[in-house]
Amino acid sequence: MQKLGFGEGDRIRIKKETDSGVVVYEGIVMPTASRNIAIKLDSGYNIGIRPENAEIEVISRAEVLKEGVTEGKQIGKVKEGLPILSILSTGGTIASKVDYRTGAVSPQFSTEDILEAIPELGEIANIRGKVVYSILSENMRAEYWRKLAAEVYNEIKNGAEGIIVTHGTDTMGYTAAALSFMLQTPVPVVLVGSQRSSDRPSSDAAMNAICAAKVACSDLAEVVVVMHGSTSDDFSFIHRGTKVRKMHTSARDAFQSVNDVPIGKVYYDASSVEKIKLEFFSGYNKRGENELELRDKFEEKCCLIKFYPGADPAILEFFIAQGYKGIVLEGTGLGHVSAEWIPSVASAIKRGIPVVTTSQCLYGTICDRVYDTGRDLLHAGIIEGEDMLPETALVKLMWVLGQTTDMEEVRRLMHENVAGEIRGRRTKESISSS
Amino acid sequence: MEIDYHKIGLKAGLEIHQQLDTRTKLFCKCPTTLREKKESIFSFKRYLRASKSEMGEVDEAALEEEKYSRTFIYKGYDSTCLVENDEEPPRELNQEAIDISLEVALLLNMNPVDEVHTMRKIVIDGSNTCGFQRTALVATDGRLSTEEGLVRVDLLCLEEDAAQKIETEGNAVGYSLDRLGIPLVEIGTAPDIKTAEQARKVAEQLGMILRSTGKVKRGLGTIRQDINISIEGGARVEIKGVQNLRLIGEIVKNEIVRQLKLIELKDALNKRGAKVEHRIEDLSVIFEGTASKVIKKSGGEVFGVCLRGFSGILGTEIQPGRRFGSELADFATKYGVGLMHTDELPAYGISEEEVERLKRTFDAAEDDCVVIVAAERERAEVAMKAVLRRAEVAMREIPKETRRALPNGSSAYMRPLPGAARMYPETDVPQVDIDEQRLKEIKSKLPETFEHRKVRYKEKFGLNDELADKISRNVNFSIFERIMDSYENIPATLVVRTLTDTLTELMPEGIEVETLEDRHFLDTFEQLTANAFGKEAIPDILKFLANKPETSVDKAVEEIGLSVDMKVVERLIEDIVNSKTDFIREKGARAVGPLMGVVMKELRGKVDGKVISKLLAEKVKEVLEGG
Repeated sequence: MQKLGFGEGDRIRIKKETDSGVVVYEGIVMPTASRNIAIKLDSGYNIGIRPENAEIEVISRAEVLKEGVTEGKQIGKVKEGLPILSILSTGGTIASKVDYRTGAVSPQFSTEDILEAIPELGEIANIRGKVVYSILSENMRAEYWRKLAAEVYNEIKNGAEGIIVTHGTDTMGYTAAALSFMLQTPVPVVLVGSQRSSDRPSSDAAMNAICAAKVACSDLAEVVVVMHGSTSDDFSFIHRGTKVRKMHTSARDAFQSVNDVPIGKVYYDASSVEKIKLEFFSGYNKRGENELELRDKFEEKCCLIKFYPGADPAILEFFIAQGYKGIVLEGTGLGHVSAEWIPSVASAIKRGIPVVTTSQCLYGTICDRVYDTGRDLLHAGIIEGEDMLPETALVKLMWVLGQTTDMEEVRRLMHENVAGEIRGRRTKESISSS
Repeated sequence: MEIDYHKIGLKAGLEIHQQLDTRTKLFCKCPTTLREKKESIFSFKRYLRASKSEMGEVDEAALEEEKYSRTFIYKGYDSTCLVENDEEPPRELNQEAIDISLEVALLLNMNPVDEVHTMRKIVIDGSNTCGFQRTALVATDGRLSTEEGLVRVDLLCLEEDAAQKIETEGNAVGYSLDRLGIPLVEIGTAPDIKTAEQARKVAEQLGMILRSTGKVKRGLGTIRQDINISIEGGARVEIKGVQNLRLIGEIVKNEIVRQLKLIELKDALNKRGAKVEHRIEDLSVIFEGTASKVIKKSGGEVFGVCLRGFSGILGTEIQPGRRFGSELADFATKYGVGLMHTDELPAYGISEEEVERLKRTFDAAEDDCVVIVAAERERAEVAMKAVLRRAEVAMREIPKETRRALPNGSSAYMRPLPGAARMYPETDVPQVDIDEQRLKEIKSKLPETFEHRKVRYKEKFGLNDELADKISRNVNFSIFERIMDSYENIPATLVVRTLTDTLTELMPEGIEVETLEDRHFLDTFEQLTANAFGKEAIPDILKFLANKPETSVDKAVEEIGLSVDMKVVERLIEDIVNSKTDFIREKGARAVGPLMGVVMKELRGKVDGKVISKLLAEKVKEVLEGG
């Protein structure tokens, strides 16, 4: 584009010869990945024009746009009687701005912008916002969990009465589990995101954020995920951070509690935040019960291997050879891998690498005593992952290995319910979260 | 009212939305079939929020919609999917739909763009589950030749149809998802249309071009017209949702009248020194013992304002069935509130005395008008404020706005005109390259254009230039060809006149000529060639068939009383001839002419004039020879 003598944002006129005469397009040059020239016409439509045989004239140069993103601390007057909530942003967006002139969508992180987009938040609490980092949730990694946990810890220490973490939905379950293990919290820590982008009027972002804020003001002192409970804008579920899983690629009600009922439900009411009500289904840690504590040591070199029929045990050997310190297997049914894998599993354990089994079924518990292969795995020294989600088991193993390297201690901790990740009883209700 | 279009400076443009008959929807694999609402298998509830633009501006139309804070209930079917529910990203643009829109574009002499970009157009009235309509500009700069001159066709877009509103209850609006996502082409003309009649013809011609592709949907609701109208001293107004082509002329005329009347009212208000007071009074006490059901039903709370100098203005008719008061009421209706005013009271069970007390409360003079609404305070106040704003505007200008077409050719306020800047790219849908090869293939299969058809008709049927032009542009061109090819010895001129002028003449009589199908015309001309009646009877037969489309032509002829036995005809002619033998002997063969008139008086329409003339000549000859 530059060599054609114009750039993004310039207003240009393109003349092109066609079969039926000359056609003239005038508009603003848009960014594009295609080899064509993309312009926005005055009608608002974008079109692409092939540069061949096009006579181009620059009408005016691009206006310099102001950088809009600023990070706010406390905004406006403090409202007496309302609690202080901190919104920590990690890259998931609950508010966006659309620049109709350029068509660009920019995620908004500053407190002002969030409050402008979702004014209800200001009626629920005194909001302060902070950008911890800005990454796509698939690019998240264990070191970011630690940084986030430390930020949450600091905010609570500095007086926040509730924490909201905005997060991309793809790996929100992992982060929720990581924070659950790393933090002992006296206040609510609520992760929230949106399944339908915040640049659309139908986005679930606002309702999720409002419900999250209500939960963050409640007496629930745990790490939870608050997301739509159905396809309607009618209620959200409060999911325990270690039991929640994204079960749909795009639907609003993608998040479900697996092997557990959700902790509770938030009944949304668009007419007034006062009318939004919370209902709890199970016991939970109450506000102020626990001292604030950060236990953020992590062993990142752990992996999650999905077993499939005919999977080569060399896969496992590879991770052992690569120096992995802990391995979670997502096996079949009650927690199996093929008999062929047993020698490799045994060799890993002999070398001091804990191997935890979980199930591709997700629902139900691990029980390796039922079939021969299972019994052989137990004999090899495998750790049964109980009814933990494979992802939660992985995060927990990373955290456990951060606390101890003693195999027996690892085994004990993996079987112990640290943050609600293991349910002793599973009921019919826990098969489906709704 | 006769309108001097030149003098008032009418500028009108049309926007036509036509559903395409594709196998699947525009952005998903669902079928494009409409469903019975009772077949719905699930529903869900949503809210919409207006997106903010970079400048902190929200589109005016979008903002006004949000003020109503409505709940939307969507009904889904086994023929809709997660894309309609806004629970899944859209699939790629439907290629079949692109091909059809390119075909239409080429037929309109338009220039397709090289690369099609799908945009999001903000619409938050709930008719699109995502809060925007996906739309893509496919071609620009076309032209349509009409009898009244060239009309430029500015743009052709491919877009998804909206969900259909099925019910409104309080703040909840129900929509059906079956229609959402059906491909539409939107064709927009420049404001080159100068008369109401031309507007109708342009719409008709565009409709015909669309149908000539054979790939568009037919039937009620599959084509919708919006009209942009402005006159000198008036304002640009967009009237949406005209489903009946015949109404277009009417709507243009009625809008012109509305704007002219509003200009008159504006001048009158200014002359009187009218004033809008913003004081909203609680008038509930006046209606404590009221007999008015309307007031009792809404809970007994009544609020009102006084419009100084507006007396008589609210009662002035500005369109058929609509007074200026209706314009104000449209704004209250938006909040689910009905409006009443002293120009029309006492009425609705409100007594003379109550009206007097209303006027007294405001110290209303002769010239003043008191406007009331019956609703709880909060709702009454927002509704009243909207009404007051509209009343103030009336003293200043004709508001630019989007209106909704009503079945009688009038229109009601819908929302402000949408701002221009309310589109941004639909990043979920990849751009589509339109290459030369694709266009070449479509070009090679284009249906015949008017111009070609006209030349062909002149050659094949010997039509003159005017008639060939007329029928080749007419919706009935294909039936014209079928008639000409089916029956011998039919004058092409007669068929053209029947299919064009005759039908046009029947319309003002209130005859629903749309109900006439191909078979009606074919049968009529078949019977005509069989001499079942004379050509003069054609309008009567068509009129009859339009009213009773299930009737056969035979039956119609019989019912109208056209059916005659040729023996009876012969006898009748004999009787006349026998009674005039002296005259015949005196005049000789020249007696046929005057006698023809006498016979035709009895038989007009029942028997073809030529047949009668031949019979009469024979009988006259018999008399002369016999004598």
